[in-house]
Amino acid sequence: MDFQLNDEQRQVQAMVHDLCLERVAPRAAQIDASGEFPWDIKALFAAHDILAIPFTAEYGGVSGSAVTLIVATEEISKYCVTSSLILGVQSLGSLPIRLAGSDAQKRQYLPPLAKGDRLAAYALTEPGSGSDAGGMQTRALRHGDTYVINGSKTFITAGSVADTIVVFARSDQDGGASTRNISAFIVEKDMPGFRVGKLEKKLGIRGSPTAQLFFEDLAVPAGNRLGAEGEGFKLAMRVLDHSRPGIAAQALGLAEGALDLACRYAKERHQFGKSITEFQGVQFMLADMATQIEAARALTYASGDAIDRELPEINVSSAMAKVFASDTAMRVTTDAVQILGGYGYLRDFPAERMMRDAKITQIYEGTNEIQRLVIARGMLKERD
Amino acid sequence: MNLALTTEQEEVRRLARDFAEREVKPRAEAIDHQVEFPRDLVNKASELGLLGLLVPEAHGGAGLDHVSFAIFIEEVARFSASTAVIVDVHTSVGTEPIVLFGTDDQKRRWLPDLANGKKLAAFALTEPEAGSDAAHLKTTAKRDGDHYVLNGSKIFITNAGEAESYIVMATVKPGSGAEGVTAFVVAGDNPGLKVGPPFTKMGLNGSAIAELFFDGCEVPAEDRLGAEGEGFRIAMRALDSGRIGISAQAVGLAQGALDDAIAYARDRKQFGKPIADLQTIQNKVADMAVKVRAARWMTWNAASRCDAGLPFTKEAAMAKLFATDSAMEVTLDALQVFGGYGYLEDYPMARRVRDAKACQIYEGTNQIQRVVIAREVLGG
Repeated sequence: MDFQLNDEQRQVQAMVHDLCLERVAPRAAQIDASGEFPWDIKALFAAHDILAIPFTAEYGGVSGSAVTLIVATEEISKYCVTSSLILGVQSLGSLPIRLAGSDAQKRQYLPPLAKGDRLAAYALTEPGSGSDAGGMQTRALRHGDTYVINGSKTFITAGSVADTIVVFARSDQDGGASTRNISAFIVEKDMPGFRVGKLEKKLGIRGSPTAQLFFEDLAVPAGNRLGAEGEGFKLAMRVLDHSRPGIAAQALGLAEGALDLACRYAKERHQFGKSITEFQGVQFMLADMATQIEAARALTYASGDAIDRELPEINVSSAMAKVFASDTAMRVTTDAVQILGGYGYLRDFPAERMMRDAKITQIYEGTNEIQRLVIARGMLKERD
Repeated sequence: MNLALTTEQEEVRRLARDFAEREVKPRAEAIDHQVEFPRDLVNKASELGLLGLLVPEAHGGAGLDHVSFAIFIEEVARFSASTAVIVDVHTSVGTEPIVLFGTDDQKRRWLPDLANGKKLAAFALTEPEAGSDAAHLKTTAKRDGDHYVLNGSKIFITNAGEAESYIVMATVKPGSGAEGVTAFVVAGDNPGLKVGPPFTKMGLNGSAIAELFFDGCEVPAEDRLGAEGEGFRIAMRALDSGRIGISAQAVGLAQGALDDAIAYARDRKQFGKPIADLQTIQNKVADMAVKVRAARWMTWNAASRCDAGLPFTKEAAMAKLFATDSAMEVTLDALQVFGGYGYLEDYPMARRVRDAKACQIYEGTNQIQRVVIAREVLGG
């Protein structure tokens, strides 16, 4: 049993940390205030092969290790969760191709994503089907060598900036509600019939565009279908099992950033003639924050290690990491605002942004309520 | 990073799990209800070589690592936290200081019998007026020729009266705080050592916890562990790895409670279906399982850092705090899943709740863990 990061992981950690401290941290408040996608950060990550981390060397990437991706995501998220989502969605959007793509599909689509020349997105959620993803209404009807997609998707992270979007849709003729008639397709933004709707205004992660997508008689070649027809739902769930550690890593980094901020502030802040760190009320808050983070880190790294070792129960380990790390991020960022007191509530300090950003980690890629269902099913099934 | 157990660690788990299921489980209720010190189980564990787990092979032990130690304690604690704390105190704080700080002569004289279980060990630091503030202990050690004379008393000593070997902290410079604290190994049959009657407690009924009285207790100078004044450091180092054991004990308690809660939820039918089908039960099971898993990883992380020679004070304190708070929450939730049956002493759920409470208190209260963690986080 070895908890230490290997050389690759340590090098990536140090490189991403230094780069983000110097280039991302000073941009974080502006990105939040403007609500604009940070193309400069995307270019920076592409130039430093950070967007190549999810991909193996075979397809133009530099790693492919889940733990390495976690470490990189954690480092970015210490300073800017919005920026971490550029890497996060590049991984999420490419996962269906990496997991289920044919060799030809991988060779065609992965290298430009690894290079950062193109951006990816993942389109599963619809207005009427969130947690109940199997209830989606978007249709993909086969006509000869093409599928014609009609419908809409919502809450699509990076949907307005992505070039390559994996879209899930019902592919049977009768449109029954079974999860067994859902298929996945690689859609490109310049295909006729693809339209980006309005961008959502959000509590946090404001520089990460969340878009509605519309498909109007969008014709996709049958060769863009990922895996067999009807296997899309299984693939969607497998993708989430692989991507949830990334959300856990975001939440972990965010919480670490908030704790670091709270510690630095507390050491400088004097009241009643002494540093507020000398009060046990503050000490114990910091100790609890640090301990929750340690627990979140253990679960998050373990979930990545489980993927790298190809263990069978990654649905449970990923859900555990996601639910615990995101709940931790919410608590820790709220406590960080509290330790900064009135200053914590001001836009002049990053604490309130961290708290706003933390909330989304409890919601996306499966609400924490859905994570608990996944875990409970796993636990209650184990003894069958 | 590779979190797979080694073959050796897997082997310890198999051995410890087999011991726990075959020997400990059937005895657990009687140990608690009849307040029996389970010497039989201690003897069986020693026959399996588990009591000498952390003692080097050269001195008759198994020479295994702290991850293996944590696995052993967890497996026993799934069924009997009383038994777990007895073997934990023996293996870690009772024996390990001799491994770490003993001279070759001391190791030769003490370790083989501790490793093979002929002698059971205890650790005596806490005093009536020196609990969390351990440096201000009052027991004195006065040098007199080739021996020291110990006077004073200790309280809350696990394995008191049952142990044949006690690591005792006393001060050679009363009033000097940590500076004068010195460690000694005192034999259980030393005529200057008297043991009070075991306390009646909320839980951990099978584990003997009592006061020690030193009245002109003569200890040979050759049984002083480390130098004069080194005792506080020895005690703190002992407690660092002791906390790995307590974390593991808490993980085992919580895992046992979770296992029983899951089995019960699947069997128990209300409203025409198993209560496991209700989301409120599923949510409880999920939250319990996440806490147990996180606590185990934290415990193993602290243990593996200890084995790798890395600093682990912070990680052990965090593991202890998180695992024992989790054990309290999980055992209470598991009792709740059992409803009225959980409140009955016919089931292990109530016992686990009583046992879990001790884990938040001993080997440094969770308040002291927070002080340690805050100090580490704030950088001294």
